[in-house]
Amino acid sequence: MAANGSGGGGSDRQRVAQQRLRIIAGHLRRPADDDSDVRAAECKAPQSESDASAEGKTVPRRRQEIMKWNGWGYNDTRFLFNKKGQTEFTGKRYRLSGMILPGLQDWFENTFGASVHHKSPATTILNSSAVQPPTLNEAFVEELKSTGVPFSHDAEDRVFRANGHCLHEIFPLREGKIGRVPDTVVWPNCHNDVVKIVELACKHNVCLIPFGGGTSVSSALECPPEETRSIVSLDTSQMNRILWIDEKNLTAHVEAGIIGQDLERLLNESGYCTGHEPDSMEFSSLGGWVATRASGMKKNIYGNIEDLVVHLKMVTPQGVIEKSCQGPRMSTGPDIHHFILGSEGTLGVVTEVTMKIRPVPEYQKYGSVVFPDFEQGVACLREVARQRCAPASIRLMDNKQFQFGHALKPQVSSIFTSFLDGLKKFYITKFKGFDPNRLCVATLLFEGDREKVLQHEKQVYDIAAKFGGLAAGEDNGQRGYMLTFVIAYLRDLGLDYYVIAESFETSVPWDRVLDVCRNVKARIVRECKEKGVQFSPLSTCRVTQTYDAGACVYFYFAFNYRGLSDPIHVFEQVEHAAREEILANGGSLSHHHGVGKLRKQWMRDTVSNVGIGMLKSVKDYLDPNNIFGNRNLY
Amino acid sequence: MTHTYTASGRARMDHEEEFVDILEERRRSCDLGHALRTFKPHPYQGGPPCSTAELNKAVLESQYLRYVAKEIAMETGSSVVKVREEARRLLEEMSHNLQLSSIRLMGYTFTKVAKRLFSSIYVNMEGLSTLQKAIQETPVILMPNHKSYVDFLVISYILFTYDIPVPVIASGIHLAGLKMVGEILRRSGAFSIRRAIGSDKLYWAVLSEYVKTIVRKGFAPMEFYVEGLRSRTLKSLMPKLGMMHMVLEPYFKSEVFDITLVPISISYDRLLEESLLANELLGVPKPKETTTGLLKSTKILQEDYGSMHVNFGRPMSVRQMCEGKINRCQYNLTPRDLPQKPTAEAQACVSWLAHLMVRVQDEGSVISPWTLMACLLLQAPITALTEEGLLWHQLTGKTLWLRKLVLDCGARLNWPAQTPDSDVMSSAVALHCSVVHRKAGRVYLVQEEEPARRHPISPRESVMRTASGVLMLASYRNQSLPFFVRPALLATALHITQSTQRDELFAFFCFLQELFSYEFISIPGELSQDFEEACSLLKKCGAAHISQQEVTPSEGGMETLSFLQALIQPFIDSYQVMLRYLSEEGDQVLTEKQFLPAVRNLATRLILSGELDTYEALSSDTQKNLLLALRRLEAVTKSRASEENEFNVNKAAVRSIGDVLSGKIPPQMLQTTPDARL
Repeated sequence: MAANGSGGGGSDRQRVAQQRLRIIAGHLRRPADDDSDVRAAECKAPQSESDASAEGKTVPRRRQEIMKWNGWGYNDTRFLFNKKGQTEFTGKRYRLSGMILPGLQDWFENTFGASVHHKSPATTILNSSAVQPPTLNEAFVEELKSTGVPFSHDAEDRVFRANGHCLHEIFPLREGKIGRVPDTVVWPNCHNDVVKIVELACKHNVCLIPFGGGTSVSSALECPPEETRSIVSLDTSQMNRILWIDEKNLTAHVEAGIIGQDLERLLNESGYCTGHEPDSMEFSSLGGWVATRASGMKKNIYGNIEDLVVHLKMVTPQGVIEKSCQGPRMSTGPDIHHFILGSEGTLGVVTEVTMKIRPVPEYQKYGSVVFPDFEQGVACLREVARQRCAPASIRLMDNKQFQFGHALKPQVSSIFTSFLDGLKKFYITKFKGFDPNRLCVATLLFEGDREKVLQHEKQVYDIAAKFGGLAAGEDNGQRGYMLTFVIAYLRDLGLDYYVIAESFETSVPWDRVLDVCRNVKARIVRECKEKGVQFSPLSTCRVTQTYDAGACVYFYFAFNYRGLSDPIHVFEQVEHAAREEILANGGSLSHHHGVGKLRKQWMRDTVSNVGIGMLKSVKDYLDPNNIFGNRNLY
Repeated sequence: MTHTYTASGRARMDHEEEFVDILEERRRSCDLGHALRTFKPHPYQGGPPCSTAELNKAVLESQYLRYVAKEIAMETGSSVVKVREEARRLLEEMSHNLQLSSIRLMGYTFTKVAKRLFSSIYVNMEGLSTLQKAIQETPVILMPNHKSYVDFLVISYILFTYDIPVPVIASGIHLAGLKMVGEILRRSGAFSIRRAIGSDKLYWAVLSEYVKTIVRKGFAPMEFYVEGLRSRTLKSLMPKLGMMHMVLEPYFKSEVFDITLVPISISYDRLLEESLLANELLGVPKPKETTTGLLKSTKILQEDYGSMHVNFGRPMSVRQMCEGKINRCQYNLTPRDLPQKPTAEAQACVSWLAHLMVRVQDEGSVISPWTLMACLLLQAPITALTEEGLLWHQLTGKTLWLRKLVLDCGARLNWPAQTPDSDVMSSAVALHCSVVHRKAGRVYLVQEEEPARRHPISPRESVMRTASGVLMLASYRNQSLPFFVRPALLATALHITQSTQRDELFAFFCFLQELFSYEFISIPGELSQDFEEACSLLKKCGAAHISQQEVTPSEGGMETLSFLQALIQPFIDSYQVMLRYLSEEGDQVLTEKQFLPAVRNLATRLILSGELDTYEALSSDTQKNLLLALRRLEAVTKSRASEENEFNVNKAAVRSIGDVLSGKIPPQMLQTTPDARL
């Protein structure tokens, strides 16, 4: 286990850190071969290919060594239905790994009208000949060589950087269809490498597309089809060091290519954390968080990325932009950080970030509350927000999602446990009169001093009780959070059996939360029906974040596409309609996924004509030749 | 049954669907058993049921009422507590108290009475089953037309019988004011609305929040009459928009996913209140609605009223209908509870939908053979009806001809196929013995015999007596107008302009629609579709050739064209009399109270002198409709200063409208007519 590698220290801080690591490892188990020292290293000289992989970073240059090219996550990890009608989760990386899920197949077949006998398997081998040969800018390549920064024209390398994880990106890959991909992949090792690359790109007019963790769900990584220049994917994954930790000010200076799990792990070893845990944190990068205005599950304690960033460095075609000091707040005109946060790779590359860190919390506790219906649950969350006593995380799943979570329950080891489960169910549905088809569950995560956590827990449970909520145990809570880490693997399982799925999110004022949830779900159902989908879709949501003035709502939708000639087109139409519905209901275009190219048609309405003009004028100044030509946002 | 979508997205039905007589089963089984049956409706899936107390509490505690109460307290200097107390009182007066036991009692009584009055009550089962489905999915608004008091509970009765949640019904406060009956109605789900709300801000707020809460909660369908009032002429009325707006707002503001509107067309072979209505139109005051009055009217129960049709129209999705008409984002930047004037866009959409509902109700109505006979009787010279009698075989021959025409025009006709045609027509006349009687192969208009008359009838009295019969006939004729009116207006345009040019005809057609906007309800902004429909119907029944530029009467089409034109003629003649009065005889400034008797006098005089053929000019309905239309055309303006509903008449404008109507001003000149609705 990862945590054991660096154990042995006797200080309190380290003890706490270890505990913390165990918790993280709970959902993010990874092989033991990590290197754990925090290095304040100089920018290293270019390394050979073998060096890079031998070093044992989570993300090697050749992502294909550990990750799927046409699905989510690690090569060794996937769900499958075995012959006994049970579901297995392979690999060793997750809590759920190696476990048997007895209920999932039934749930799957019943929910989607799918059958394990109707398979739609993916192409397994990436056929390099299906990849278009690279369009190269010879002069650029020549000069790039002379800088010593590693790069590649290898077909596999290029395919891996041509997509994020939207359904319409993954689906063709499963069928072996490959569209426009970058012509070159380049791996800078440090800020100065990036400066050199950007200078060369400007000089030779090639298009640069920054690539971090590759977890985009907004078509942000798609190569614009109209782009005729040579496209260079600038992969930041090797810029992954913590350059220093400032314990006096509780900040850390980190290279922007580091991925979430590495950042947390490395900081934990020093007894710190950032507390920034987006659902994609296993793979997504710090630079990507900045570029998309990411949000973490525990933002109630730690804040969203914009609250965490103290200082930023970005390389643009006009040069490097950064502030001159690390003052915690400034009144110096519009905050230039806010041009960078959410710029989605259109202005430059974020190379280094100074961000806040916190001591690893002493105590962590999951929890859950069952409500008789979703309305009561939302009312409770609203009250929690009103009293500003939200725990590190509080999420409310609707009934469908609760049932989904339930289907992921691993096989229980003893008759006693299953007896207890039965008893609980009896108590809630029969004794308390909850309708199993209406009840919903809030999952909670508390963090901090043990005493304060327990006090806080009581406060929240007391509020919940006013809305008919019943405490439903730590297990249910923890399983709820697990769902978010395995959901993307589950989508791949669905895709193997004619079921396509996607998630999307929005933020919305409190008084509209119920309306958005109801109307968007209903819209999805109606659109599917109208577009000829033969089976009723799964259309479900949860409220995942609370704010003073509103909440973030997250939707899953999925359907069985058997009988449709162009499932992706239908799917896109439904997704489009769902977004229209969100906007008509007063929801935002995005809470944390970003705009990319998937949602840019709505940007003008979202920020007004003048707003677009402001954004464009910044772009025109920084990047008049559209070197950062991914064409996201506008 | 096939549905076809027209351009505006509404459905038309062909009329092969099954109507089932729901009284038949009642005649065979026990009434009490029916009343006490287990009532197990499929509930609305969107939310739990809601008791009266919960509903009222939600209304009173709503943010909207809080805002309004604060506003009113500021304006009037009263305290918020007092205003809220007043709101509570208003709500108490208004709210329904739906109870299943009352529905059972109502059901029992209704069965007893209906079996005596009607030979059958036909209901389209397919409409019921789609309604049943719709009620589970979205809040449903039942929108029946309103021709008779019987309408009031028949829907609840049918829904109760078929295990569909019984509706909450908006009714006028005069009904709630009745002793006992008022309470029974409340308990049957009626909530009451004051007639003239006017500028009572608090009342308006309480009512609208009450209605919106019912729609949002969706636990029971809501029923209301979009026409606002009971039609006195069997003709649809201009829809009222206030209630419609309240009902639709929860969708506009995204508080519900969708709302389903279900138009319901109720048609009667014979109307219970036919003679009352005719008297009312002639200015004989209507008896006040009291419980004893209601009981006295039980003599009505002795007679036969034929059959009644309740046609549940295809449920219409507000979401679908409003697509492209409402931008729901307009509500994103202010609290949705904030009292605000509706936007122009919302108003236009509400108005369009309300008019559309009236049209769909019209198209869903079922007409009887008697309706056709009434059309023809009214086209006979009046002396033929009152003195020499109309030849029976002439009438029946022409009726059979008309049957084909009305079917071509898309009407649902209740003409029993198994019975010989002559028997069908004989029994129609027999059913309406209060209007006509048949003697020795001739048909006569019934003239009320008043026994023990001391002095001979004066000529004026005789006019009124005839008028009563004529207006009854006219009401039954009106039932055919939904199907005839557009081709008839085109036939009239052809007749008056003597032109065949399409653009000229269209201009005149629009002029007629404008002038008769309160007689024949048309959908705002859809005049050109109406004109197209008129053209294609004339073509379909072989009355005219239609080309890109021209509409030419066909050789064999004269009979059809002259019938259609004669259908509109009484309206034109009546309007001419009134226009003449306004432009020549009347004062520059006059009140409605002066106008009605003055016009009635003039018309009586003209009828007696033989200058005027139609007795319909005597109808107060026609008179009021003209005033409203002239206001719309801005030939008459209402002076705000007085309480007395005074009008300023622009005599020149009125005169020129009369000139256009008589064809003195050529249609080319019409293009400049101010016409707000084009």
